[in-house]
Amino acid sequence: MDPEDKICEDTWIKSSSSHESCEPPNNQHLTSFDSLQQKMDGSSSFLDYGTTFDEQFPGFNQPSVAHKINDKNPVLGKHDNQMSEAQPSNKVEDWDPRATLNNLSFLEKKIHQLRDMVHWIVGQREQVMDQRDQLLVHQQQLITTNLTSIIVQMISTAGSLLPSVKHTVSYSSAINSLGHFGGVQNSSGIFPNIGIPNVNNVNKVDTSNQTDLTGFCGAEQNCSVEDHELKSDDDADEGENLPPGSYEILQLEKEEILAPHTHFCTICGKGFKRDANLRMHMRGHGDKYKTPAALAKPSKESTSESMLIKRYSCPYVGCKRNKDHKKFQPLKTILCVKNHYKRTHCDKTYTCSRCNAKKFSVLADLKTHEKHCGRDKWLCSCGTTFSRKDKLFGHISLFQGHTPAIPVDGPSDAGQSSEAPKVGQMDFNFKSSAPSGSAFQNATDVKFSGDDATSTSPLNFDTSVSGFNEFPRPPFEDVGSSFSFLLSDAYGYPPKNGRYSNSNDVE
Amino acid sequence: MKKKKSIPEASFNLFDLLSVEIVFLIIDFLNDDPLDKKSFSLVCKSFYSIESRHRKTLKPLRFEHLTKILIRYPFISHLDLSLCPRISDSSLGVISDYCKEMLSSINLSRSKFFSHVGLSNLLVNCRNLVEIDLSNATDLKDLAAASIAEAKNLEKLWLVRCKSITDIGIGCIAVGCRKLKLLSLKWCFGVGDLGVGLISVKCKEIRSLDLSYLPITTKCLLQVLELQHLKDLVLEGCFGIDDDSLTALKHGCTSLETLDMSSCQNISHVGLSSLTSAAGCLRQLSLSYGSRVDLALGNSLQKLSMLQSIKLDGCQVTSSGLKAIGNWCVSLTEVSLSKCSGVTDEGLSSLVTKCVELRKLDVTCCRTITYASVAHITNSCTSLTSLRMESCTTVSSEAFVLIGQRCQFLEELDLTENNIDDEGLKSISRCSRLANLKLGICPNITDKGLIHIGIYCSKLKELDLYRSAGITDSSILAIARGCTVIETINIAYCKNITDHSLVSLSKCSKLNTLESRGCPLITSSGLTAVAMGCKKLTKLDIKNCQHIDDTGMIPLAHFSHNLRQINLSYTSVTDVGLLSLASVSCLQSMTVLHLEGLTPSGLAAALLACGGLTRVKLQSSFRLFLPPPIIEHLESRGCVFQWRDKVFQVSLNTVDGSTQSGFGCLSYSYKI
Repeated sequence: MDPEDKICEDTWIKSSSSHESCEPPNNQHLTSFDSLQQKMDGSSSFLDYGTTFDEQFPGFNQPSVAHKINDKNPVLGKHDNQMSEAQPSNKVEDWDPRATLNNLSFLEKKIHQLRDMVHWIVGQREQVMDQRDQLLVHQQQLITTNLTSIIVQMISTAGSLLPSVKHTVSYSSAINSLGHFGGVQNSSGIFPNIGIPNVNNVNKVDTSNQTDLTGFCGAEQNCSVEDHELKSDDDADEGENLPPGSYEILQLEKEEILAPHTHFCTICGKGFKRDANLRMHMRGHGDKYKTPAALAKPSKESTSESMLIKRYSCPYVGCKRNKDHKKFQPLKTILCVKNHYKRTHCDKTYTCSRCNAKKFSVLADLKTHEKHCGRDKWLCSCGTTFSRKDKLFGHISLFQGHTPAIPVDGPSDAGQSSEAPKVGQMDFNFKSSAPSGSAFQNATDVKFSGDDATSTSPLNFDTSVSGFNEFPRPPFEDVGSSFSFLLSDAYGYPPKNGRYSNSNDVE
Repeated sequence: MKKKKSIPEASFNLFDLLSVEIVFLIIDFLNDDPLDKKSFSLVCKSFYSIESRHRKTLKPLRFEHLTKILIRYPFISHLDLSLCPRISDSSLGVISDYCKEMLSSINLSRSKFFSHVGLSNLLVNCRNLVEIDLSNATDLKDLAAASIAEAKNLEKLWLVRCKSITDIGIGCIAVGCRKLKLLSLKWCFGVGDLGVGLISVKCKEIRSLDLSYLPITTKCLLQVLELQHLKDLVLEGCFGIDDDSLTALKHGCTSLETLDMSSCQNISHVGLSSLTSAAGCLRQLSLSYGSRVDLALGNSLQKLSMLQSIKLDGCQVTSSGLKAIGNWCVSLTEVSLSKCSGVTDEGLSSLVTKCVELRKLDVTCCRTITYASVAHITNSCTSLTSLRMESCTTVSSEAFVLIGQRCQFLEELDLTENNIDDEGLKSISRCSRLANLKLGICPNITDKGLIHIGIYCSKLKELDLYRSAGITDSSILAIARGCTVIETINIAYCKNITDHSLVSLSKCSKLNTLESRGCPLITSSGLTAVAMGCKKLTKLDIKNCQHIDDTGMIPLAHFSHNLRQINLSYTSVTDVGLLSLASVSCLQSMTVLHLEGLTPSGLAAALLACGGLTRVKLQSSFRLFLPPPIIEHLESRGCVFQWRDKVFQVSLNTVDGSTQSGFGCLSYSYKI
């Protein structure tokens, strides 16, 4: 999959922090953090993993333990499955009595669950008295975790019963609930998981871990998703008519938008455009960064569409895309923000080397133009060129005074003279980017998986492929640039991607 | 002419007192004959200068004198160069230098050898140009069209057969010439939907649009019909337009008055009815060579009560269709059913009985109509002015008596290849307004009938007696005496015609066209008489008059200064005669096939001497004998060679295919 979706972890930190917990948090946090997941999957050395994990994030081992236990205890898994089935009822977009009712029944169910669990523990204690201590410890941990999570969930759900509470639910509860959900889902996920491309489950596994981690990482990083030049036309969302307030407006600062790097090494401070590159770089900082988990690319996941839609505002005051504008039209994704800002408010620094006339502020636009430059033989007196005659005539009939221009000596000559340099460029273009982008990324995957003894990467890759297929479209768009990019790249999902994905890799 | 001369002579001083404007008004009345003005200008210096300042239109014959002419006539606004085959960029430069803003109209339709550079020069200097005819400029490309676009005031533009101009060029014109009112794009095969569409978007003033044979479809037609002022639309041979496209015309062009959809085979009554429902004030409609004219098509015309003219030439018609047309279009004044198949007495009768207003009727080659039809026509359409019924062979001779009795307003009557006899002619002589009478291949007529015509039809201008072999000198004498205004006469293959006829014709001073092919009895002396008498002779065809030789050519060269076209094939003219003809500076077209006494060197000399030649028809064997530089030189002067490879024929003097041998078929060799 795409190494770039790693960044999402950052994104989601922010988003989670800014989001209320009553929204089923797993939606937002089903982001990639597959390094953990991969460990889980190939849990040949679970404890090792646990330790590393602990080292990095002390205090956050409970869910992992829960996995382990779940693994061996299908019964619990079933319970949890039920829970996760019930979970959708948890979604509250806008307060309505029915949702409250759902919440209540959910709470009820939880209480039952809790009771069952305690029953089960009692039974277990009697049966496995003679088992190893370690296991007991784990069991204990699991139970504690489960209990904690259930309690947290109950609290959060109870909180969401009050409509006014919706936006003020505490951060910690969200995190905790996340943790819980992760655990719950893992239980169902893990055992079909190993070696089987049951993609959804895998994803869920990811999620759980990642979200947990997320919670503990804290939100020191801003939402600075960069590096995705996917040119989703920022004007393309005119069809969208979201009522004001139905979405959340985020506004990045100019510096953030124009920052060349988005991934910085926490040790030496070096910046990278891609998280994959950062990870490669991190290897030089010690062995702990060389583990398959650290190197593997975080995978991403999204779930149901329950999160509040996010829209972006251009920081340029007076712009129609600025949130203070009267007729504010929000931008859909961060990538839209970037492209919009560059195109509209920045100098056009990229000049076409062939015609020396056209200038662009987004490199991808230049690349697109260069594909056609010189081949547009239909020329208007205003200098605009068209690849099709009817387009030229449409243009001329639209504008007063414009007239078809007659090429002096046939455009073919000019084209040929400037052909040579172009070819090189094209080659370059092709190699480094493009539809082949996905292939390229796969290649990186494979590379990572080479380090990875458990060969999770292929699985991971599968995940990305089929998993995304199954998800409805909106969440991806909402989730933000990284995801939509990913998707588009892998599936040709929005119409524009094929064209613009090039630039992503190039820039 | 003489009168005018006498006035200045008598009272020269009085003319001096008149202001120039009044003299201009007097000259304005001298427009019957171009020679009158010439005479006027030759009276004295002041008349000369007045005439030079008065002249607005000019149609020069030879481009060599262009500079001189333009200096002489400084106020030329209409320049017709259709007689000058060679107009180079420098000639256009001369025109633009001398005419400048005066020029408003120029005709380059027959001219070649100019390019977009000269055209651009002309249009930049002559800013007031309103009309340009660039037809047949097949070499002009889009660059030329772009320079045409510089003429912002242009209102009329003909680009017939400008095959190299494409949509791009038309687009330039559409953007540049916003005031266009007339545009003809006939045979501009490079122009398609886009160009025409842009024209209709940009040139809202268009009144007349000719889109014949363009590869256009519905797409642009819908735009064209949105033009508010469009009156005249020609869609001849637009095969891309079909019923489906026309059904989209719900609110089509209401201003349309003339519509020509000849040869549009893809349009049936369906498309027509949707078109006609929109264009309610249509006056003229042509559906020639189109779909079948049946009841449905006739009914599709029901909203066209204003229709005055309908042309159905070459269509397959049914009686019910004609009847329906007669029912719906009662105000028809012109109906053309030429070469229609299926025209019966019943159909034609039901049509003409409704159309009492009919002025012009063409039933050429309707070979099934009989006396009954003519009876109905003459009965109801008494105000007919034109009746063309060539080759209505089943009409009996009695019918023509009816024509003379009932249709006395006839001005044009075409009875070629009919059964008319002397009785009919005698009756037709009552049509005193008759100006054009065609009696070709009417073997039953004799002097007896034709003498009546000569006596009573004093306004006859054109008479065709082609192969009406019963005619002799006495009829021609009667015609020449009675019809003094006659301009065109064809006595080809009337084998009894002798020099006497030509002598009598020499009294007709207005005669400009004489065709006397295959009259073996005509000699040079007869031709001499014609040459001396008919100063305006411009076309002469004496093919197969074996007794005409060089002695006929010399007076011709002497007197017929207006001769433009001559056919000398199969005569006894030699190098000498041909060379003497070269002194006729107007001579443009020459057909010289099988002249026994002609040598290549003589021919070359004659061709070189005839500076104004534009077309020469020659035996192809001469191609080898004429020096290539001479051919090249002539071609660069604008002369077109037509090489014919006919074997020397037995001179045909035939009627109905029976051959009478004239000369034997001799082996024919050229002297080198």
